[in-house]
Formats: sequence, C-alpha cells, structure tokens
Amino acid sequence: MKSLGSIRRAFAPWNDPGAKPYIHFDRVTKKFGDFTAVNDLSLAIYEREFFALLGASGCGKSTLLRMLAGFEEPTSGRIMLDGQDLAGIPPYRRPVNMMFQSYALFPHMSVEKNIAFGLKQEGMPKADVEKRVTEMLKLVKLEPFAKRKPHQLSGGQRQRVALARSVAKRPKVLLLDEPLGALDKKLREETQFELMDLQQELGLTFVVVTHDQEEAMTMADRIAIMDKGQVMQVATPAEVYEAPASRFVAGFVGNVNMFEGKVAERSGNSARITGGTGAEITVENAGEAVKDTEVSFAIRPEKIRISSKRPADAINALQGEVYDIAYLGDMTVYHVRLDDGQMVRAATMNATRVADDPLTWDDRAWISFRPDAGVVLTR
Amino acid sequence: MNSTGTWSRFNITAVTLGFAFLYLPIVLLVVFSFNASKLVTVWGGFSTKWYVSLFHNQGLMDAAWVTIRVGLISATAATVLGTLGALALTRYTRFRGRMLFSGMIFAPLVMPDVITGLSLLLLFVAVGFDRGFYTVTLAHITFTMCFVAVVVQSRLVTFDRSLEEAAMDLGAPPVKTFFQITLPVIAPAIVSGWMLAFTLSLDDLVVASFTSGPGATTLPMKIYSQVRLGVTPEINAACTILIALVATGVLIASVANKRREVQRLRDEQAAQRG
Repeated sequence: MKSLGSIRRAFAPWNDPGAKPYIHFDRVTKKFGDFTAVNDLSLAIYEREFFALLGASGCGKSTLLRMLAGFEEPTSGRIMLDGQDLAGIPPYRRPVNMMFQSYALFPHMSVEKNIAFGLKQEGMPKADVEKRVTEMLKLVKLEPFAKRKPHQLSGGQRQRVALARSVAKRPKVLLLDEPLGALDKKLREETQFELMDLQQELGLTFVVVTHDQEEAMTMADRIAIMDKGQVMQVATPAEVYEAPASRFVAGFVGNVNMFEGKVAERSGNSARITGGTGAEITVENAGEAVKDTEVSFAIRPEKIRISSKRPADAINALQGEVYDIAYLGDMTVYHVRLDDGQMVRAATMNATRVADDPLTWDDRAWISFRPDAGVVLTR
Repeated sequence: MNSTGTWSRFNITAVTLGFAFLYLPIVLLVVFSFNASKLVTVWGGFSTKWYVSLFHNQGLMDAAWVTIRVGLISATAATVLGTLGALALTRYTRFRGRMLFSGMIFAPLVMPDVITGLSLLLLFVAVGFDRGFYTVTLAHITFTMCFVAVVVQSRLVTFDRSLEEAAMDLGAPPVKTFFQITLPVIAPAIVSGWMLAFTLSLDDLVVASFTSGPGATTLPMKIYSQVRLGVTPEINAACTILIALVATGVLIASVANKRREVQRLRDEQAAQRG
C-alpha cells in the first residue's frame, strides 16, 4: 500500500482559490412543515475530499445527506454535483451511493447478491458483475461469506457488506450515514482507518455524517460543525480544535475551559482580559477583541499546567483548590476550583509511572498557561 | 405449570375440563364417522364404509369442488386487494380522511355475517346480478380482504423503509424496488393473509347462504341442509376429512415456522461467535 501521508499532507484544495467545488450547496433551505431542518446553508466540498458533517441529533446533518442522495428535495436553493444541478433527479439516477446507518441489507439476498444488486440495475453484463463482486468481496475481506445471508453475519461483517455494496457501482460520491455507529469501540477504531485507506484507494469523495467527534477528527480532511440547520464552522480537524470560530464550536468539540471577561487593554495583537472577580489573563492572539467588550477566553485542559507552587516564569497563573481528580491511565484530569469560584479542568499526561509530588484532593494548587495557549472568542 | 412448577390437583382438573369442553364434541364426531351403524348415536362397530359412500355422494363432492374453487379465487383476489389497501394505508399517511379509511377497513372484521350477507344480497338484486358462483366469490372477496389488509398492514408497520431507499439509491426505480425488495420481504405476511382468507372462505356458511344461487352450493351449505334432514354418518365422515385437512395444514405451517425460527437463532448465534 502506498503511503497516505504524502497524499494527505499535500491535499488542501479548499485553500486554492482556483479549485472548483465538486459538491456545492447553494443557499439550501429544507422545511418539514413548520420545522426548518436546514436553514439557508451554503457549503463547498471538493473532489476526493473526506468530508464530515458533525453535529448533535436534529441539527440537520442527515437531512443534508438525504438531499444529496435525492430522498428529499430542498425547499429552496440549489445543490450542484460536478457542475450539474441535482434538482428533480430521482435517487435512482444520481451518481451517488449511500451507506445507511441501519446498513439496510436486503434480508432475502445473499452477500454477493446484495453487492451485485446495484450493478445489475445499470445493466452490466453478467461476467463483469461477477468480476466486480469478487473484487469487492476481496476489498472488504469477506470472500468466505459470499453465499451467506445478512442474518448469518456479525455486526462488523454486515457493516462491510453495506460498504462493499455502496462502493460497488463506483459512485462519484459516497455518502455515509453514521457508518460506524452500530459497532463497538474497538472495532470502530479499526474500521475508521480501513475507511480512510479505502477512500484513498478508490479515489472517491466521501461525505460522512456523524455525531462522534473523535470519528470525524480521525477520518475527515475537513469537518463542518452544524447546529440548528446551519454550518457553524468548516475547517480541518486541527483548526476546529485549536482555532474554534465561536463559543458553540469550542464547547462542542472536545473539552474546554471558558473564562468570561472584559477586554481591559489592547496593544498590537495582545490583550489583557479581566474577569468579573478580578482574575487577569494576558493573551497574545486577541484577534477581533475590542477594548471594553465582553469576550470569552477558551482554553483546552491539556494546555493548562497544574503545580503546587506558582511557576516562576508564568505570565498567567491562578490559584485554587483541587476539587476532584480523574485518573484515566494515559492522563489525569484535575478539577480545580479557583478562588473566584470558577471550576477549571487541567489535564496532565502521565509521562512517568509515579509522580514525585502528587497533588491530591483539597490541596492548594496553581494553574498556569502561556499567553498563546487559548483563543479569544467574540461570538 | 404454576409458580412452584408442580401440577396441583386444581390445575389438572381445570386443564382437563377446559380441553374436554373444547375437544369432546370433535372427538365424538370423529369416532362416530367410523360407526358401522346407520344410527348416528348408537355404536355398531368399526367401519370405513361411510368414507366410501361419501366419495360416491355426487351432491357432496360437487359442493366440495365449488367450495375449493370459490376459496382459491376469492383468497387470491382478496390478497391482491388487501395488500394494496394495506400499502395505501401505511405508506400515504397524509391524505385526507386516512383515519376514516383505516377505521373502515377494520369495521367488516366485527360486522355480523348476517348483515354482510344481507347487504350484499340487496346489492346483487339491485344491480340485477344472477346469484351463483360469481356472487359467492365476490362476497367472499369483500369480507376476507379486510383480514388480509390487517395482517399485511401489521407487517408493513415494522418494515424498514431504508431497504427501499437503499434499492432506489442503487439504481432501482420504484416499481422494480417494490417487486424485488418490498414484496419478497413482506411475502410471509401475504402468504399467511392468503391462507387466512382461504380458510375463512372455506368455512363460511352465512354469507354464502345469502349470496349463492342455484348450482353454486358450497360444502358448509350442503352439510347444513343435509343435517336439517337428519345427521348421517356420511356427514361425520366429510367433517372428519375437513378437520384432518385443516389440522395437517396448521401443523405443517407451525412446524415450518418453528424450524425457521430455530435455524435463524442458531445462525445468528454462530455469526456473533465469529
């Protein structure tokens, strides 16, 4: 297998102003009666991209996928695929295939018949169908199970049949609705990497819907965070995590500590933020924060250091008391109640097996962080 | 079995009485069909002569043939119509008056046969149909299709619609999707609907009496009219054959069902183990 690293590292068509979007949602709205599932949404997805739609249930991500598949028509707006307007094209004439959350395997057909179903619909000659089915069975490592019925397979095997069936027709775009939702944790992690390899191998565009942020972060080139029928941010996993665009995104992806405060001073790119009870934070990347406005300072737990004494070089240091400790093996998460009452999480990697000076419950402790460790959010 | 897992005297008595109540009449009928005596209530030794004479009774054999033909035709037509009705009621959930229609499909289930029969008779007279084979068949289609609709509807409610979406997504137009995916998956419900309709048609007396005409006497009608002239052992024999047929059918169906279930369970367990 060729190395994915070099391909993935170089792949960033969204930064190229000349690149044409492969899938383009153009101001799409979808209403079900009074309920607006998708609200005036625009989104561009590029060819060969592994794109994730991430959001809580009811945020409109599945509706978006179903509109792309043709099961729902937009109330207003256009959906373009490879330069073609998809309006009015029924699902059975669209060059996209979908892998369903329930897998939707045909219970009365064997594994090979399931995989062959789509190929037969397009009138492919019998010999070619057989060849393609064999190829697909090999791809998902299910050759010995060709003659079995879906109920004779385990959950993981069914998932692979569903996958083989949906890529057998070599669609322009593969849509995956919670593809790993029904698998247990260990199998899910293995399958994530299999899906990524498969996407590279086949050179397809993948659009995956998920509510599992770890899954989206692992697999996707870019993630769209959705809420209430709108896209809150579209960015690479690292950008979404390290540079969230809003309080919602910061809170939705991963754990975060939020400090509310007012911008007391601004100079150049840095700022001083004062909290309600007098705690002060200095930041170097203040962004759009304007003096005398209310802002949030968001910082991830693993970027906060915890110590029993105030570090000599610390610019930002706040004192408090250890309220709770969660030992997770690879890391320990401390919940610290600051003297102004705010709870803060600080995560420490357990790089050694035994700590010299372990902090314990009710100990006085300092938390400290660098001025560039968090982001200032105005929205 | 009660909670302590033993058979108490009370339980044994209750079960014996209950089953006696249900089966004693039928057992008597079967026993007396092998009676050598011509008197129905006096045992005169074992004989199968009534079975032989039954097959020479042209009237009864004709009636049996009519009943089977009516049953086959009406059950098949009722299955097609009932399935279509069930599809309409479960799939198009937003049309006006849906509640009314789904109520109306259940109503004939509890409608007294006398009323169904009489109203159909009035209809056939009003439109000037000559009563006979076709009117009985039509009447049976009318009252059995509701049963089919109910059976098929209960299956469709649990039908996973994403199967149809998957088929369309893979390129199958709606009609093809229906015949290749929907129909095979709900087939067991359709088959049991057909069997229910056939059985109902087979043992219907009331509706048939109202809607039948000369030359189209069904077996239940024939038996009933002969019994009014006095029960003959021949009738007992005919009834025993009917019971044997129905019992065999039910037995085969339930054994096959049980086998399928056990096999499925075994397959699933094997699949989980890897």
